[in-house]
Amino acid sequence: MTEYITLSFLLFTIGAVGVLVRRNAIVVFMCVELMLNATNLAFVSFARQHGNLDGQTAAFFVMVVAAAEVVIGLAIIVSIYRTRRSTSVDEANLLKA
Amino acid sequence: MIPAAQLDYWVLSPLFVVAGFAVLGLILEAALGRRYRFVVQTIATAIGLVAALVVSVLVYGDLRTPEEAGHVARGAVEAEGAVTVDGPGVITWIMLLVFALLSLGLFAERRFEAGMSPFTGRAADIPGSDEESQAVQHRLEHTEVFPLMLFALSGMMLFATANDLITMFVALEVLSLPLYVLCALSRRRRLISQEAAMKYFLLGAFSSVFFLYGAALAYGYSGSLNLTIIDEAVSARADSGGLLLVAMAMIAVGLLFKIGAVPFHAWTPDVYQGAPTPVTGFMAAATKAAAFIALMRVFFVAFGGASWDWRPTFWVVAVITMVFGSVVAIAQTDVKRMLAYSSIAHAGFLLVGFSAAYVGIANEAVLTSVSSVLFYLVVYGVATIGAFAVVSVVRDSAGETTHLAKWTGLGQRSPWLAGTFALFMLSFAGIPLTAGFIGKWGVFAAAWAGGTWPLVVIGVLASALAAYFYVRVIVLMFFTEPVGDGPTVAAPGVLTTVVIALAAIVTVVLGVLPGPLLDIVQHAGAFVR
Repeated sequence: MTEYITLSFLLFTIGAVGVLVRRNAIVVFMCVELMLNATNLAFVSFARQHGNLDGQTAAFFVMVVAAAEVVIGLAIIVSIYRTRRSTSVDEANLLKA
Repeated sequence: MIPAAQLDYWVLSPLFVVAGFAVLGLILEAALGRRYRFVVQTIATAIGLVAALVVSVLVYGDLRTPEEAGHVARGAVEAEGAVTVDGPGVITWIMLLVFALLSLGLFAERRFEAGMSPFTGRAADIPGSDEESQAVQHRLEHTEVFPLMLFALSGMMLFATANDLITMFVALEVLSLPLYVLCALSRRRRLISQEAAMKYFLLGAFSSVFFLYGAALAYGYSGSLNLTIIDEAVSARADSGGLLLVAMAMIAVGLLFKIGAVPFHAWTPDVYQGAPTPVTGFMAAATKAAAFIALMRVFFVAFGGASWDWRPTFWVVAVITMVFGSVVAIAQTDVKRMLAYSSIAHAGFLLVGFSAAYVGIANEAVLTSVSSVLFYLVVYGVATIGAFAVVSVVRDSAGETTHLAKWTGLGQRSPWLAGTFALFMLSFAGIPLTAGFIGKWGVFAAAWAGGTWPLVVIGVLASALAAYFYVRVIVLMFFTEPVGDGPTVAAPGVLTTVVIALAAIVTVVLGVLPGPLLDIVQHAGAFVR
């Protein structure tokens, strides 16, 4: 039981660190997806621990939302790529104080 | 066999009306010819918003007081525990619908772009390409912005009344995803518009995952996602609950991001500046309102039993948010960025009211944390939409001129416009006889009654600091000679004029005569558990 939660926490941390250090928007986004999947693992592990289904249904909701998010996210990133021929989050720097 | 859910359709009808009209908008998009779409979509959206507003007011009148409630609380938990329709929730619905109606006026304004909407003609075109100029030539318009706005609004309304962490997460995404798209659709300056959308999207997705992981941990702690049941587990706890602390912290990160509190504010200036001005106005007013009510609902209802664990953290966040927003706003040279930092400072003032967690005296209508925050959100939202409406009017040949240097002497060129902008600035600064003063007084009074007087002292000092940069803009507009030709002001269309006028009237009326609205928010009562 604790192993699964630990794994989920590790995956979440790897994703969070990835978001902060990677420079390619697609990779950053993949790291966010990794974090979402870590959350799903936590949900289903806790569902097993508590012996109810709330956590499992939550995981389904999360999957649907993640799919919708991919659609929007890739649309935005692709439109940026078409304009600038780059998806680096460092090169998108027109907005500054 | 799973039994069907028992829904009370009447009290939930405002949600259904808004979501239904959003879907209707999609059907209209597919069914109508291009020539009629814009007008029909605008009218359909307006009808939907007005209908939802009427229904919300009727639902508010129908709210009953539960028998066992110790404090004044009205309403009940509906939809199998997923949604709470209570006093503060329905008032938030009404507030959001009013914000949306005002923003609709800006969304539908076609006067500035030679008869075309402020949104890009065809978002798929590369900026500066031949396809883009063809799109302009053929007068293409994205009328999908109206259904997108309604979807975002339905998410906000659900967000403010969700009684279940997973419902809240879904609502959070339903409100965010359309906003990400809307941010990318500016007609002018498309590069920074797309950049703003990408920043908002990546950071927004990042923060909502934190919210979700917090929800998972809260589920692990209590065995349920329902706020009421989490409350039972929290109140009955015997240990210090490390899992609970982490859960609360992560949920707070997700929600504080949405309201733009320091240190989760980094997206705010960029997104406010890059997004099309009507969207910025809508987002600044409505997202903040919905997210703030959601924040209060989670922490008052679910984690109320652990309030001594979370309150000190929020005191710190409130202080740094107020001070940081006010100080950095002074250095801004762009009107939209300045308004963004001002909105960060306002998030700090709202947090002062919230973190006092003042629940009032049993069975007496006084200004509690909830009611003072509700009043502040109305005041702040209306003035914000008004201010961004003014921003959309000050233009030159390249579109809006948001650089503050171009605003010098605006008061000599068009005194009425500059006068209303000055009014909004004074209201933001909290000068007496404007609504902002009553709003600030409300949250500070609630904080004082809640015993957090050091916050009130810092808050008053921070508002004095903030007054400096608001007044600086007024001085710039009225008492500085215009540089060169001075600012150009496009003659605003009927819709924008009405929006600016209404916002100004509300700001003045609520400043001079706040009684009726104060009465309403005081009788809204507490959140229903």
